[in-house]
Amino acid sequence: MSDLLLPPEHRYAKMIEARLKEDGTELSILNLGPTHPATHGIFQNILLLDGEKIIDGEGTIGYIHRAFEKIAENRPFYQINVLTDRLNYCSSPINNTGWWMTVEKALGIEIPKRVQYLRVIIMELARIADHIICSSVMGVDTGALTGFLYVFQYREKIYEIYEEICGARLTTNMGRIGGFEREWSPEAFKKIDEFLSEFPEIWKEFEDLMTRNRIFMDRTIGVGPIDAEKAINYGFTGPNLRAAGVDYDVRVAQPYCSYEDFEFDIPVGKSGDCYDRFCVRNAEVWESLKIIRQALDKMPEGPYHADVPEYYLPPKEDVYENMEALIYHFKIVMGEIPVPNTEVYHPVEGGNGELGFYLITDGSRTPYRLHFRRPCFIIYQAYNDIVQGQMLSDAIITLSSLNVIAGELDA
Amino acid sequence: MDNTILIEKSVIILVVFAITMLMAMYMTLAERKIAAWIQDRIGPNRAGKGGILQPLADGLKLFAKEEYAPDTPNKFLFVLGPTISMTIALITSAVLPWGDKLHLFGRDIILQSADINVGLLYIFAVLSVSVYGIMIGGWASNNKYSLMSAMRAASQMISYEIAMGLSIIALLLMTQTLSLREIALQQNGMNWNIFYQPLGFLIFWICSFAETNRNPFDLAECEQELIGGYHTEYSSMRMGFFLFAEYASMFVSSAILSILYLGAYNYPGMDWAVENWGVNIANVIGMLVLFIKICFFIFVYMWVRWTLPRFRYDQLMNLGWKKLIPLALFNILVTAVVILLLK
Repeated sequence: MSDLLLPPEHRYAKMIEARLKEDGTELSILNLGPTHPATHGIFQNILLLDGEKIIDGEGTIGYIHRAFEKIAENRPFYQINVLTDRLNYCSSPINNTGWWMTVEKALGIEIPKRVQYLRVIIMELARIADHIICSSVMGVDTGALTGFLYVFQYREKIYEIYEEICGARLTTNMGRIGGFEREWSPEAFKKIDEFLSEFPEIWKEFEDLMTRNRIFMDRTIGVGPIDAEKAINYGFTGPNLRAAGVDYDVRVAQPYCSYEDFEFDIPVGKSGDCYDRFCVRNAEVWESLKIIRQALDKMPEGPYHADVPEYYLPPKEDVYENMEALIYHFKIVMGEIPVPNTEVYHPVEGGNGELGFYLITDGSRTPYRLHFRRPCFIIYQAYNDIVQGQMLSDAIITLSSLNVIAGELDA
Repeated sequence: MDNTILIEKSVIILVVFAITMLMAMYMTLAERKIAAWIQDRIGPNRAGKGGILQPLADGLKLFAKEEYAPDTPNKFLFVLGPTISMTIALITSAVLPWGDKLHLFGRDIILQSADINVGLLYIFAVLSVSVYGIMIGGWASNNKYSLMSAMRAASQMISYEIAMGLSIIALLLMTQTLSLREIALQQNGMNWNIFYQPLGFLIFWICSFAETNRNPFDLAECEQELIGGYHTEYSSMRMGFFLFAEYASMFVSSAILSILYLGAYNYPGMDWAVENWGVNIANVIGMLVLFIKICFFIFVYMWVRWTLPRFRYDQLMNLGWKKLIPLALFNILVTAVVILLLK
């Protein structure tokens, strides 16, 4: 089984050699990925196995690296938004909104309260969609497909809400500098209401199906644990860090977009194992529903975008008849907007953790440098450390509970 | 041996064979329909009315596919794997009694292909061979995932066969016979073994899930970890054989469960029916009753598959060795003591 194609100086070759000398057992190497049903994207883990026990692992990333940070250096700000869609494609509105907020911070634009509330709603919907996928796919990876299909119908409903707001579903490219591209239709609000009334029931059903299921608990409790100190050292954020018992949430630690107006709890786990991660995500869905409900109730009156004509595209009918509108339209589309010389970092709480945008501008139409702080990239570093000494099945379930998304991992 | 008995047995064998095949075919459709029902979907509905021709379409598709074989050192074993699986799944049904007897053409026709006096042993013998199909197929695939799956299947089947065998021993203490026909006859009326052996029945049932490689014991296939396991490298009808064998063995093990524990073809009031309606009608009803019992077990197989997650390899072993085997031994002890006291 282990007729190796490894050079003898490779770490694995040495380990196999040593083990063979020690007690005559043969270790084997298994390629988990890049095209494996459980990797949820394209990345490779080369595992050194003793039977089914993982001795060591080595991750290979970069299979869908698209050089977004370099591409961004040659694009005006509004064209970078489509790149952010493709980071964590399970919750692209969070990425979009995070990017616009970064740009607004750099340009010093004040955002109306109503826009902030609308953004909160769409970001929380995206968080629910993200957690739906992660939690239900954990079920699929343990062999229970049914729960996945129950809740997936409701991800579809969230996508319909996106469609109503921006016309797109997966890669939403939602919003503009200063707000949204158009007013949300009454249909969108109706759909959100419907979602808020129907979804809790089905989410409860899903939780009932999985959370106290003995087999599921056996499969996840104590599997792939990471303690708080180690998690912080690795730079974990988001549900994965909170499952380890650290109550760090960007929405509370550095409130943005009026998150300080809403009442919500931060669910925290204890052991940082797969089961805690699962439960933390499930609990966060309930908190997100609470936030959306509050935002709808408290929704202030006002415009759907900030009054910044030099950054916000004028309505198309004005462009044909109005001189100023035509000039602004031309300048914005050509990317000739006034940009200060500045350096900003803006984090948002993404589906998997702190999604940060580090933007340096030099006064030109494109960023001088843009860095995406992608939580998956940071979380995935710990993966090989976590799975060592576990079984192959544990490696699969750990991977899905960390919710490593290849698009965000590679960028 | 006169010719009539030869013809009679040939007809029974043909019918049993046809029914097993037909059941296996339509169980694939049933599985998809039940899965769809559980998951709020529609399921296959294009081929024929309500998808009734779907199994035929699937079969045709599998036959038309390219027969791919990996670059394996042993092509013969690669073909042998699915062949063994299929053969074993089909020959198990040889000793099963499908009904008591019919009275036709002035003679009694026993509704069983072969009433051998070691019927139960025959079933166990055949079932333990069935693991070779998966093992050989997985090994000959020359793929690490397949090999891993073959190892899992082998250790799983061997461990669960022990618990299964032990649960049967308690039953044998009661029945005092290995002939399945005898066991079926003993359960006349509501004298079903499940009432005397509830624990044994439960253990046997759990083990039959493991024996047929069904969820929550489907570690050998386990798509998310082993990408289909032993049939990863198979295509066209060779893969179809593996899938088909799984369904056929589900059918057979449901039949064994109903015959051993759920009173086979017996139903309440069967004696009355024999007296008033005649042997033939009473036994045809008996066959239908057996069929309904089998369908119930098949449904539970599918229901469980679409509800529960699967075990991890070591948890499966723990369950088999540390829970089921001691329980089965305890069951034997209790049965033996009770029998001794009642004597």
